[in-house]
Amino acid sequence: MAITVARPNLTFRERLYLPAILSGLAITMKHFKNMLLGRTKVTMQYPEEKWDSHLPEHYRGAPALVRDETGRVRCVACQLCEFICPPRAIKIVPGEIPAADRFAKVEKFPNEFDIDMIRCIYCGLCEEVCPEQAIYLRKDYAITGFTRADMVHNKEKLLEIGGVMHGVVLKWNEKK
Amino acid sequence: MGDQVLAPPQLLNVQINGVWHQFPKGTRVIEACEQAGSYVPRYCYHKKLSSPGNCRMCLIEMGMPKMGPDRKPEVGADGMPLINWMPRPQISCAQDVSEGMGVRTDSPLAQECRKGVMEFLLINHPLDCPICDQAGECRLQEFSVEYGNAASRFLENKVKKPKNIELGPRVTLDDERCILCSRCIRFCQEVAHDDVLGFVDRGSHSVLTAHPGKRLENNYSLNTVDICPVGALTSSDFRFQMRVWFLKETKSFCTSCATGCNTIIGTREDVIYRQTPRENDAVNSSWMCDYGRLNFGYLQSDTRLLQPEILAGDKLIPAEWNVAITHAVAQLKHFSAWEIAIIASGRMTNEELWLTSQLAKILGVDLIDIVPRTGPGDDILLSADRNPNTNGARLLGVTSVPGAKLREIKDDVVGGRVKALIALGENPIEIGLTVEQLKALPAFVVMNILSNDATEAATALLPSFGFAEKRGSMINGKGRLQRLNRAVRGPGQARDDWEILRDLIQAYSGRNGIYSIEDVFRQMSEAVPALAGLSLSKIGDLGVQVMESAK
Amino acid sequence: MDYYFLFTSLAKIVALLAVVLGIMNYAVYAERRISALIQDRLGPNRVGPAGLFQPIADAAKFLLKEDFTPRHVNTFYYWLAPCLAMIPAITTLAVVPFGSTLFGVPMVIADINVGVLFVFAIASLGVYGIVIAGWSSNSKYPFLGGVRSSSQMISYELSLGLAVIPVFLLVGQLRLTEVVRYQIEHGWMIAPFIGDWANLHKWLLAIPMLISFVVFMIAIFAETNRLPFDLPEAETELVGGYHTEYGSMKFGLFFLGEYIAMITGSAIIVTLFLGGWHFPGIPDGSHGWGWGLVNIFVFFSKVAALIFIFMWVRWTLPRFRYDQLMRLGWVFFFEIALVNIFLAAIILAYFPQ
Repeated sequence: MAITVARPNLTFRERLYLPAILSGLAITMKHFKNMLLGRTKVTMQYPEEKWDSHLPEHYRGAPALVRDETGRVRCVACQLCEFICPPRAIKIVPGEIPAADRFAKVEKFPNEFDIDMIRCIYCGLCEEVCPEQAIYLRKDYAITGFTRADMVHNKEKLLEIGGVMHGVVLKWNEKK
Repeated sequence: MGDQVLAPPQLLNVQINGVWHQFPKGTRVIEACEQAGSYVPRYCYHKKLSSPGNCRMCLIEMGMPKMGPDRKPEVGADGMPLINWMPRPQISCAQDVSEGMGVRTDSPLAQECRKGVMEFLLINHPLDCPICDQAGECRLQEFSVEYGNAASRFLENKVKKPKNIELGPRVTLDDERCILCSRCIRFCQEVAHDDVLGFVDRGSHSVLTAHPGKRLENNYSLNTVDICPVGALTSSDFRFQMRVWFLKETKSFCTSCATGCNTIIGTREDVIYRQTPRENDAVNSSWMCDYGRLNFGYLQSDTRLLQPEILAGDKLIPAEWNVAITHAVAQLKHFSAWEIAIIASGRMTNEELWLTSQLAKILGVDLIDIVPRTGPGDDILLSADRNPNTNGARLLGVTSVPGAKLREIKDDVVGGRVKALIALGENPIEIGLTVEQLKALPAFVVMNILSNDATEAATALLPSFGFAEKRGSMINGKGRLQRLNRAVRGPGQARDDWEILRDLIQAYSGRNGIYSIEDVFRQMSEAVPALAGLSLSKIGDLGVQVMESAK
Repeated sequence: MDYYFLFTSLAKIVALLAVVLGIMNYAVYAERRISALIQDRLGPNRVGPAGLFQPIADAAKFLLKEDFTPRHVNTFYYWLAPCLAMIPAITTLAVVPFGSTLFGVPMVIADINVGVLFVFAIASLGVYGIVIAGWSSNSKYPFLGGVRSSSQMISYELSLGLAVIPVFLLVGQLRLTEVVRYQIEHGWMIAPFIGDWANLHKWLLAIPMLISFVVFMIAIFAETNRLPFDLPEAETELVGGYHTEYGSMKFGLFFLGEYIAMITGSAIIVTLFLGGWHFPGIPDGSHGWGWGLVNIFVFFSKVAALIFIFMWVRWTLPRFRYDQLMRLGWVFFFEIALVNIFLAAIILAYFPQ
């Protein structure tokens, strides 16, 4: 049903419009003047100014694989992150650690670990679901590339971003 | 077995969680509870094996009818016996139901007891679910959700046991994960008749191991992996390949012999990762042999034919499908009926065999047979006939005695009387022809999955699908009609076999109104009395008996 | 053949075109920066220092983009329209005196005695560019834009023409240099305090002049299709209006034509009402070529100030509804301009100097 909106009854002064137009011009002029005098706060000028230094602790940047103090790649290729990943950005090919290896006790490791950063939505579910404290969202946010292939972070790239994580649980050491 | 009439089983009244039910005599309490709708958790109990009662997970509260002074049960207001509950819990897996018995599966006592059992089981269990192949289908994980504690009270060091042991060529053992349920030991004794596994040492240090000098290498060893409730026994073939929660499960059956064990094919993104047996008491109980189970790798091999090819000049060149079909038919049209022979396959589905027989009829071909394929069988599951659908070929008239005409076909090819050979899913070299003899044929149409020396000699090469890539039906050695379901998509430009055959027929005789495999089956069921009234969907997951059991 | 006249005229044409095209380019830049500042943004500040090379980048982009002609258009008129939009706007400038004299040469390209008529005659042609663009595009949004544009321009040209009649009643000539000369002698049309400020006659006349100025200025807004009268383009309603189907430099011509029209309009307003190149206390070019340059600078400063007002208004006021636009033109400004003529005539007749 059509609704008839009651038109407001304008006074003569209002019907002249001129006062409204002039006050409008005054408002825009005020903004203009304040901008010229540098009194208005404007957007951060991104490439020159960055907020890297005051990124909060909980910032969710690019996901990355970490090593622990012993130098072991924390990931054991359980593929839970691949499972939980909402945009299905993660692809893991598991492998078996050879018996002669220093970390042979862990048995399993990611042979390939790819995160498609075009797909990644930085939700952090991979970090949350990881039972091995192996994947963390770091503070890298400028993920760029010239091709689609460039935008897929492979295991080396992920480890490079991730670096070493201190203070994680060392559950695979012999004492457990 | 047919002539003795079984007496109707005696029904017993049993109260489960306050409700009275009736069960036939001889039903295990754990089964009765499951039928009544309350699943009792269990590790060691398996319904196809004996009950040792050693995991203690299926503890329940149980009671017997209260007896009056007259040695008659006292009857309550509802006319049913009053129950005298036992003060301590009982295991439900080692006991049959009896008249007037009472069971409480979820009472606080039963719950508390299971929590205790879980805590003991988890004391020495490693925290390696992230690398354990069983994770996702692990009983220990599942029951931990209901009866486990989030935190362990165990402060001491866990017992160290052997890990990553090759128990046999196909089975890997991790003793730390083992909960000593003994299912695998009982399977080897009772089903595989190959007593190789046992426990050694005592208490916390008990470990599962193979008897000295023996290995778990019988043809049924991978069934122990299936029934292992935890990740102690894992398949070396499937080890670390894919987490089970990614697998798409398609109900199918094994096509490696005439038994046709029912299976579940686990796939992800068009890659087959494993086959596991599916319970069908009319065919394979709950088991299947390792040979059949692992016989799927060829579907993913590099020698798969991916592109139809036709002979142009002296070499095969890739062609579009319609070109390849027309080319093949144009070649065949050069020859009279007696100059053409067809080698079909006992690995083809009924639908494909039916279309093959239609093709033979249109061509007027009389020289048609399948290649028999035999191997040593056993008296458990593996059949000596390694063709999954010999019965189908017999029923659909492709052959009466498999292999009887092969000799004639071979001689006629060698003698030059047969000038056109159609090989469907078989390699004519296996019947004694040589590549040179095949190359000499003016027309040699090959439909196959994998490339081999014979496909190189083809004049028209038609790549087709493997058993996991297509739908269709087969009749196993005992005359049971079973259905294949598509688990993965076919590779490259390969096509479904029945479509290729249909197109060949249509190129000969125009449209025949067959647009789907259901149409093929309908046509077939109208012509073959044994299949009357059936359709692919009516076959169901467990199959239908359509022929008398072979002797 | 008067070679001296030919040479000086050519030099003036080239110089004026260069200056005006430069102003045009930087008007686009100014528009973007001013609109940004009004909206608490920074605007283009990346290309060159403070973004000053932005117009060059824009021009390069316009020129280098694929010059695409859609299949469904009437090709001849489709190509003609952008030229028709640009040329009248530039041509009008020929009669506007943009300075006093430089080395004895009058700073006006064509000092013709029908000056203002020429302006109206040529400026009116501008509507053809838009109408033809709208029609030849063979597409519904450009068509609507073209239709709106033609009716809008016709409507406001009336007010435009009527609004300047008081000026010529007063001056008695149509020659624009005469209008400027009159204002130098008697003070600016809307600023009676310049010159002999005690003259009551001037103060009286200032009333119709001020009304003329306002009406003329608003009509120029409408004629140049600037907000709040940009109904022919009206992005939110008509996608891009008459230039929806245009791209590359052809779009560039429409786009820049609008700015040229704005410059031309401002130049005419300055000439008619704001004393042209005159500023109190600054002598004319006969006192040395330096003063001549200063006069030119004064003229363009006034133009720049008016352009700023154009932009300021654009980023303040919302667009009119179409019926409001028509009512405003025909019922309001037309009547006011008409009455204003009588008012000026009465003042001139009954309150002689």
